[in-house]
Amino acid sequence: MNLRVKATVLDAGGIKRTLQRIAHEILEKNQGVEDLVVIGIRTRGAYLAERIAGNIKEIEGKDVPVGAMDITMYRDDLTEVAEQPVVHSTEIDFDINKKKIILVDDVLFTGRTVRCALDELIDFGRPACIQLAVLVDRGHRELPIRPDFVGKNIPTSMNESVEVRLKEMDEEEEVVLLEEKAGS
Amino acid sequence: MNKKSELKWTRKHLLGIEELSAEEIRLILDGVSGFKEVLGRPIPKVPALRGRTIVNLFCEPSTRTRSSFELAAKRLSADTLNVTASSSSFVKGETLKDTARNIEAMNIDMIVMRHSCPGAPHFLSRFIKTSIVNAGDGPHEHPTQALLDVYTIKEKLGRIEGLNVSIIGDIAHSRVARSNIWALTKLGAKVTVCGPKTLMPAGIEKMGVKVTYDITEAVKGADVLNVLRIQRERQKRAFFPSIREYVRCFGITAELLRKYAKKEVVIMHPGPINRGVELSQDVADGEYSVILDQVTNGVAVRMAVLFLLNQVRTTEVE
Repeated sequence: MNLRVKATVLDAGGIKRTLQRIAHEILEKNQGVEDLVVIGIRTRGAYLAERIAGNIKEIEGKDVPVGAMDITMYRDDLTEVAEQPVVHSTEIDFDINKKKIILVDDVLFTGRTVRCALDELIDFGRPACIQLAVLVDRGHRELPIRPDFVGKNIPTSMNESVEVRLKEMDEEEEVVLLEEKAGS
Repeated sequence: MNKKSELKWTRKHLLGIEELSAEEIRLILDGVSGFKEVLGRPIPKVPALRGRTIVNLFCEPSTRTRSSFELAAKRLSADTLNVTASSSSFVKGETLKDTARNIEAMNIDMIVMRHSCPGAPHFLSRFIKTSIVNAGDGPHEHPTQALLDVYTIKEKLGRIEGLNVSIIGDIAHSRVARSNIWALTKLGAKVTVCGPKTLMPAGIEKMGVKVTYDITEAVKGADVLNVLRIQRERQKRAFFPSIREYVRCFGITAELLRKYAKKEVVIMHPGPINRGVELSQDVADGEYSVILDQVTNGVAVRMAVLFLLNQVRTTEVE
């Protein structure tokens, strides 16, 4: 697919401020950090989870456990993805029983990734609740899944896509809206 | 974040290490830690191969490898079926090809096979549409054993390239030795083989290894000693005068290690061990023995292999 950048939706400052707001909202809704754990979906969700946990620490002065999960082994669409997924490690080194889990991903789209993550989390234990935080919600849900914390709602059409670029693994730090090039 | 290999896995079968490139070997190894983590979970099972059926076709005795493959398949949620030679139609005279085609007609997805004839899985792969994993073909290859050995070495020592690995024992009859030599040399290790002359195949140097008949030379400077099982069942043909003499010349003992080995040498054995023969009791259970890690890693490595082969298969079907 030939894509071109249609618009920059968030720049580095925008991402930073958005993640700060999400951290505040998480603390407001959960009334502090008690029993709170943050788990990001690899790869970019894991970095966002680290940052949100960092923000929580700045606000409340307390550490919250951070984990990362790889959902490749739970996917139902392995035949439909162009690139061959590489299995990475899931790192959840703490007990999730009776914990309030903040599940973090970069872009919420069909909801299928979140479905995989929910299935995987349930295999780790029985949390008190799972709340979903995403940097971008681009719509087009195929499953009954809704986020609890949204950085930015970006209405998109199906021939567009949203890409989150983070300094931990990309050259840039931004969120861009891409669109298929006409005639390609 | 370290960039993982960009290479795509395209093989439908895993028949041997010989035909794999170094990149393909690394691609398999890169995925293993993810599967190993699954084994430590409260519910050590993922739905990756749900709905797939894997047949273990074992025409030679095996406990470890068969259980390891069966467990790997079950941890990935595949259904498994065990067919063993003694209780199957082989005893009624059915050919391997017919047996395999009949199994395939039952709509299965993968065959994991062990056979006493070198090349048996390669032969079957020409007639069969399902994926085949070689779980040992006579003295030829045992690819998943080599992969788990290499993974274990990497886990313990952090690298493969530049390491000195000595493989000791019955090199001639050993598929483990052959697959290990391919894997290690492709990944840049220096391999030495050591054993009685009667158990050393002619021309083994052509595989890029150093040959020695002196155990002290094999132990000196080695980072890893991979000690093979003396196949007592083959002793009827008298490849060496007696077990006692073998122990004296090639047995790995604590004293030998103290005198000649590097301080942190890694001791490996593919199992089953003849205690007091190729390995003394205290070495087999000693602090540098990683023999049980090899068994644990075996399940994770086999999960990684089944997962990769299944992806290729799924792409083909669609």
